[in-house]
Amino acid sequence: MNTELQSFIEKYDLLGCIQCGRCTGGCPVTVRTNLNVRRFVYDSIDQDALDELAKLPEIWDCTACNTCAVRCPKGLKPVEVLIGLRNILVEGGAVQPTVRDALESVFREGNPWDKPRATRSDWMQGLEVKIAEPGERVENLIFVCCTIAYDPKVQVTAKNLVKILNKSGVDYGFIGDSETCCSSEVHNLGEEGLFEMMIEDNTELLNSYDAARLVTISPHCYSTFKNQYPGLKAEVIHYTHLLKEILEENKLELNGEFPQKIVYHDPCFLGKQNDVFDEPRYILGRIPGAEVVEFDRSRERSLCCEGGGGKMWVESESRLERLAEMRVKDAKALGASILAVACPFCVLTLDDALKAKGFEEEMRVAELLEIIGELV
Amino acid sequence: MNNKPKIGVYVCHCGINIAKTVDVDAVTEFASHLPNVKVARNYSYMCSDPGQLLIREDIKKEGLNRVVVASCSPRMHELTFRKTLAETGLNPYYLEMANIREQCSWVHEDRDRATSKAKKLVASAVSKVRLLEPLQEKEVDVEPATLIIGGGIAGIQAALDIAEAGFKVYLVEKTPSIGGRMSQLDKTFPTLDCSACILTPKMVDVAGHPNIELFTYSQVEDVSGYVGNFDVKVRRKARYVDMDKCTGCGACAQECRLAGRIPNDFDAGIGKRGAIYLPFPQAVPAKYTIDSTRCLFLTRGKCGKSPKCVDACAAGAINFEQKDEIVEFKVGAIIVATGFDVFDASRKPEYGYNDYENVITALELERLVSASGPTGGNIVIGTGDNAFVPKEVAFISCVGSRDKSVGNEYCSRVCCMYTAKLAHLVKEKLPEANVRVYYMDVRAFGKGFEEFYDRVRREGVRYIRGNPSEVFKRGDKLVIKAENTLTSTPLEDEVDLVVLAVGLEPRKDAREIIDLLRLSQSADRFYLEAHPKLAPVNTATDGVFLAGVAQGPKDIPDTVAQAKGAASSALVLLSSGKVKIGAQISSVNEATCRGCGFCVEICPYGAIELVTVNRMGHPVSVARVNEALCKGCGACAAGCLSGSIQQKSFMDRQILPQIAALGGMR
Repeated sequence: MNTELQSFIEKYDLLGCIQCGRCTGGCPVTVRTNLNVRRFVYDSIDQDALDELAKLPEIWDCTACNTCAVRCPKGLKPVEVLIGLRNILVEGGAVQPTVRDALESVFREGNPWDKPRATRSDWMQGLEVKIAEPGERVENLIFVCCTIAYDPKVQVTAKNLVKILNKSGVDYGFIGDSETCCSSEVHNLGEEGLFEMMIEDNTELLNSYDAARLVTISPHCYSTFKNQYPGLKAEVIHYTHLLKEILEENKLELNGEFPQKIVYHDPCFLGKQNDVFDEPRYILGRIPGAEVVEFDRSRERSLCCEGGGGKMWVESESRLERLAEMRVKDAKALGASILAVACPFCVLTLDDALKAKGFEEEMRVAELLEIIGELV
Repeated sequence: MNNKPKIGVYVCHCGINIAKTVDVDAVTEFASHLPNVKVARNYSYMCSDPGQLLIREDIKKEGLNRVVVASCSPRMHELTFRKTLAETGLNPYYLEMANIREQCSWVHEDRDRATSKAKKLVASAVSKVRLLEPLQEKEVDVEPATLIIGGGIAGIQAALDIAEAGFKVYLVEKTPSIGGRMSQLDKTFPTLDCSACILTPKMVDVAGHPNIELFTYSQVEDVSGYVGNFDVKVRRKARYVDMDKCTGCGACAQECRLAGRIPNDFDAGIGKRGAIYLPFPQAVPAKYTIDSTRCLFLTRGKCGKSPKCVDACAAGAINFEQKDEIVEFKVGAIIVATGFDVFDASRKPEYGYNDYENVITALELERLVSASGPTGGNIVIGTGDNAFVPKEVAFISCVGSRDKSVGNEYCSRVCCMYTAKLAHLVKEKLPEANVRVYYMDVRAFGKGFEEFYDRVRREGVRYIRGNPSEVFKRGDKLVIKAENTLTSTPLEDEVDLVVLAVGLEPRKDAREIIDLLRLSQSADRFYLEAHPKLAPVNTATDGVFLAGVAQGPKDIPDTVAQAKGAASSALVLLSSGKVKIGAQISSVNEATCRGCGFCVEICPYGAIELVTVNRMGHPVSVARVNEALCKGCGACAAGCLSGSIQQKSFMDRQILPQIAALGGMR
């Protein structure tokens, strides 16, 4: 009896699977790739097959949207089996250079984008930003996210959040340059060892603040801190929770009109994975002059944009239409002028899709913070 | 009388269940040297006839007056050996069992250590048996009547059986009519009997039976007492219609200003009724009821110039002054037949039940195919200009069953077959339709089920193995997103109608009956039977029996069988006319009791009360045990601060030496 086999079967409860097919049935990427996650759950029971299974390119098509786990009637997490197979490759050093570089960058600089740690707070230049001090009381400790901190296309979300926080007068503090990647994508890329180390380091860092709540801007950081960091003292919330609270308590005045037709896309890490559906819709409902419409596939039935699960560093082999492209087509069919999201990855993938489809004239992708920021 | 203990110890092999792990010869040898032990023997099966004979002969020949049996749990065979003792004329409570199977051989592997533990358990039992006292069992009279809660097929069948045997039945039903879930069904699997045709005669029999008193639109409010002697309070809710005057003509319902505007529960919400209504044409009693939560007159005090139902009723039966009525009676037995709720499909939002009118539940389809349903048996989806007849029909199985994500791990046991039946009915009514069933397993386990499943497949119903994950819309079609797991093919199937095979769940208000009758729930939240195999209709509360889906999902044949079982269990009680009450109950030493009342609070059965007694000219308050209510749980004895309340056979002076012999204390 091989102990590694034991652990793979036990770790993922493979014997609990009844092969009902809900995981693959719900998997959004099946329409464009060969991935069949049920087959991986089935085949992984054979320990001798693991190395060969790990070599199948489709294990990198998984976006970690978690639909398979949400739908599983037996409480299994098929997505984690794929991540376990990725781990076999990572341990053997057999991953693509882009993945390797991202992981090394997290290890060295605390972000996956190969950017110097010292420039993490550069986006704050010219803004009046309160930085929290370890040991000092702060109501809302803000966690920015590597992508938002470094990618100029989404930095506006953090900038606008500062504006909103300052106007509303709520107590807050940012972490600054010592903020370090939540490592959601480290986990999804299969680097378990590094992920465990990051959990330890981050827990120590975040617990050094006397914070009531840890507020993340990205749903990926939110979901990771909330579900995979057992030792955090602060309550983990997403900024949409905070913003709803601010608007409900009338701490923020929204000026002017926003005469747009908005359709909201539920990010998987916020909606499907953590049941945060109503807060973003509440915020949308408060936008003066806006008309809000819904996708047919919304809330629990929302379609993934394919931004997560390490897809930022692994290109799919499929040449078929991307899910993000289907999504912008649906938005256009609804006559929406704004495709609203509450996630930096969704912004990037949907914006790419929108450009690929040539819809820039009639529509744009906007983070909720981008819209609200324009109105304060 | 010479009551010096002469103890016989009998060590059971239980085949190899005990003997494999415990050296029974060594234990016997050890026991033979214990104080007061006259005989020690071992035998392959002590519970067998020859085993019991061994004990009986020793009692006679050796003059034994105490017996220790070292075998299995007392739950298994304590009663058996008590009878053995009683047959020789020895008081049956001079028995003590040492559990060397469940608590020793089954849970240990090391033979030496298990043998050593078995010796301690035997020594412990011997220490106690010396100190036991003879106890007498008492009998009380049984009230020759039964309360049945729930008027579905389970309650109806049990009521008829008991009434036919000549005993009084009070049948209490919450809704305005008896009939339950079965009356909502069109046909029944696998024989395709018309549900109403086989049920309605029974409903009519209930209404006309001289031994059955029917309470519809009523609820049990309170039950007190104990087996054989329950006091019951029933609230008969105001229907605002005089049952004696109403002829069931229906003129009132036609005239009601809200006619056709309130979703009818009986039609699973598809059909509409008014504020005054008869839930379905064959309702028993065929009397109308006013829904007080909707009636304009009752909610606003005004309904036009005068309520139209009053004007329409030639019999003058409408009475807005009617009040709820409390009725009290006594019964000896109670049968709980409260049935189930169907799973609420909106709890699986991925199937779009709340979003699309052409995603319906199986119960809704049942009403659509029923000739007495809202569409007269035509499968038409939607209303008005949007109404259409579906051509591509898909069933999704296991919605809300076998699903941890909604907290229902159990199989609902009826969905596979009702799906096959409904698929057959759709094919019959719409021969052009393409019907497929998405399934994860087909469980056709009952009599005639597999044959019916074969028939339905051959009729052209396509079975696709794979439980769908999602339903969404594309154009005017619904898309089922699934995987054909037999071919490993992910697929998107475009259909016009999705039927969700929703499972069965315990009633949302199941708690009320639990509190009323002190029932327990099993892990699946259905009511727990006393033993899963050997006491499937009994409960932990003596005199209270279970029938139908209230105990766990089952189909109509099983429900009827269980209802007959519950009826026969109740009849055993009623026809014997007497019921034995336990002898190992609590008793109070009134001389030392301080009357603090702690035991009164602790007792889960309300069996203890404080009474005033005269103690040397002073009135003092002391605890007193109602022997009929006491279950002998021992909670009071454990809680008593002065040691004044003690449980017979478990008195401190009996169990402390027993514990000491285990090596726990000196």
